[in-house]
Amino acid sequence: MRDSETPPQVLIAGNPNCGKSTLFNALSGGSAHVGNYPGVTVDRTSARLRLGERDVELVDVPGMYSLTASSPEEQLAVNALTEGDTRAVVCVVDATTLERGLYLALQLIESGVSVVIALNMMDSAERLGLRIDTERLSQLFGSPVVPVVATKRRGLDTLLAALDEALAPDSGTKKANVTYPPELEADVAELVPVIAQWRSGTAPSQLRAVALWCLLSLGEDSLRGVPDDVRNAVHRIREAATAQGRNLDLEIISSRYVWLDGALGEVCTTRDPRPSWSERIDRVLTHPVVGLVVFASVMFAIFEALFAGAEPLISAIERLTGFMQAQAAAILPPGVLQDLVVEGIIAGVGNVIVFAPQILMLFLFIGFLEDSGYLARVAFVIDRVMKGVGLHGKAFVPLLSGFACAVPAVMATRTIERRRDRLVTMLALPLMSCSARLPIYILVVGTVFAGQSLGWFSAGAVALFSMYTLSVLVTLAAAALIRRTVLPGPAPTFVLEMPPYRWPSAQILWINAWRRLRIFLVDAGTIILAMTILLWALLSFPKSAEVAEHYTAERERVQQMALSDVEKADALRSLDSQEAADQLANSLGGRFGHAIEPALRPIGFDWQIGVGIIGAFAAREVFISTLGVVFGIGEADEENTPLREALRDARHADGTPVMTPLSGVSLMIFFLLACQCMSTIAVVRRESGSWKWPVFLFSYMTVLAYMASLAVYQGGQLLGFG
Amino acid sequence: MKPSLADLPVGQHAAIESIDCDRSLSRRLMEMGLLPGTRVRVVRVAPLGDPIELRLRNYSLSVRRAEAARIAVSPEAAE
Repeated sequence: MRDSETPPQVLIAGNPNCGKSTLFNALSGGSAHVGNYPGVTVDRTSARLRLGERDVELVDVPGMYSLTASSPEEQLAVNALTEGDTRAVVCVVDATTLERGLYLALQLIESGVSVVIALNMMDSAERLGLRIDTERLSQLFGSPVVPVVATKRRGLDTLLAALDEALAPDSGTKKANVTYPPELEADVAELVPVIAQWRSGTAPSQLRAVALWCLLSLGEDSLRGVPDDVRNAVHRIREAATAQGRNLDLEIISSRYVWLDGALGEVCTTRDPRPSWSERIDRVLTHPVVGLVVFASVMFAIFEALFAGAEPLISAIERLTGFMQAQAAAILPPGVLQDLVVEGIIAGVGNVIVFAPQILMLFLFIGFLEDSGYLARVAFVIDRVMKGVGLHGKAFVPLLSGFACAVPAVMATRTIERRRDRLVTMLALPLMSCSARLPIYILVVGTVFAGQSLGWFSAGAVALFSMYTLSVLVTLAAAALIRRTVLPGPAPTFVLEMPPYRWPSAQILWINAWRRLRIFLVDAGTIILAMTILLWALLSFPKSAEVAEHYTAERERVQQMALSDVEKADALRSLDSQEAADQLANSLGGRFGHAIEPALRPIGFDWQIGVGIIGAFAAREVFISTLGVVFGIGEADEENTPLREALRDARHADGTPVMTPLSGVSLMIFFLLACQCMSTIAVVRRESGSWKWPVFLFSYMTVLAYMASLAVYQGGQLLGFG
Repeated sequence: MKPSLADLPVGQHAAIESIDCDRSLSRRLMEMGLLPGTRVRVVRVAPLGDPIELRLRNYSLSVRRAEAARIAVSPEAAE
């Protein structure tokens, strides 16, 4: 079974913005496999590569500035280095910011792994007049240095040849060796025996690197798998050093930079070559006035694209789903199997792919912003506002996208680096009033506020505007509250590199957006499909034979009557709708709606709206079509007049109308705040990596929605509305 | 009182003296090359007044004022 053997692993590491992923895609030809690192929700992108006589697995490690870690996510690079069958690392270094990139390379070399340095963006460096003596650099670091231009696929063959050589047994070249102060060497010597017990069988030079890593990383961390012996020893050594007035972190890091500065003095000529055009762009894009205008325009463009631009594609997918359903209904005999295929499976698949246009669009946009360097400026411009509620500047684009749809917005949180910040954003943004809520507002407004006005404004416009304002306020308040209670911790720090502006590659944008979509379709899609089928079953079973017999008899009666064909068809259609309504009332979902009516009465709803809410878990707008069935109208949309009339005519048992302006407002607030969307649940499950967070999200939003509707309805009645 | 990075006017060069943020942030800043003696310059301030953008070691980095205020610097004489 030669094929199933795992080939040796080669990591591609580098700073963020160094063109690492571009190089990965150039080497792998876009044939990557996306999985997950065990235990953390970070995508693990890898690809098989033929290298000389052997296969290797190329792994794209997330961008990083250093191997130092304090969270499991930062730890995965170190784990990949030490625990997997990692034989070599390609360290991608942006040739225009050598020092910072080589700091990482230096750490990698210290760790004992075979390193090939890929000096990327050599063309930019040359244009800036930056001269780099790569041969001397290679001697100083004891590792091959290959100049490449990943975007133009230049230097790739040389890089692969160097990598093939690096995979051969160690040639014994002298590696870079940083000189640390004697006190620090003494500390390392004290720690090494403890490390040796933990990592038995590791070469002495590597033990030293692990000791340095522990001294720098441990303390106030949440790292996994470090034995207590090591922790205690590090704690003791750090305490002793602090007592002597030493700063161990500073000693380690500055020794490395001193070594680097010395080395760079030998290989590099010009300094500070920032491209002046990038600086000129920044003068405009971060200008106090123009910068804000550009910012608002770009954000509006994203919003418009998601909200309106995706609409034709979404309608096309919905029409296609409807067409497939009609085809299946024509082929299959009527019965449970037909219903399962039409209303369960095809509807479920439709529910999944309907998100594809918005996900693709948002990720093409975000990819463009990120790769061009503008996303960092977005965060720079808006951070002041976001910091007030304990969010990172990078949370802005996901929050804004939430106005269109929470599903792509939750996926967009992955641009936020720290897991805690990402979770806070992910858990708050489903409160943004997404486009699926709009049909419900329109139905309610058209039902209870038709023709009414408040001063100069129509009552409906005021209600709609209030919903959107409320959604923004509640989202920000929820983020601030979640940050203080459920996910406590230091406010996100904002240490963000402002990369020079670059023109993104269309191919890379497309590969990445497509990859994201595929992950959604596979991981979240299966959950959405399963939930659609479950919901269908809930609203279809048990079937009442009694109801069916009754309507069969009724149909026969109509057939006997002396009516014109048109009148007959109308009467039969109306019977079909009534039968569907009675069967729905008899189903588990219908009975559940009845059962929870006592809980719904205090917020102004009856069992019929309760059934609508249950159906709306598939997607909020399904509320309307479910109500159409509940009221025996058949197919209905938010502009449907019979549905509005049926709602207006609906009466509680005591004869009072169900839909009043007050219960209408209560219903809108309920839909604004409740997590009536299984797709959001599915995507939060995918992006947070556990069921814990979607369950929390659903619970807190449902409780919040119920309490708010209760306050509105009861308070309103006390004040004499309703 | 030593002046801090937050006190520097835009365009002024200075050398880092010391960093007094919490450990993980100090470590992060140091690993990104902000070390005692490193030459740094405030390039611009964000449109809403915070954060600020720094230029050091051939690249640009933005930090919030609150953090910049904990980084002591010694300004260079005007050129």
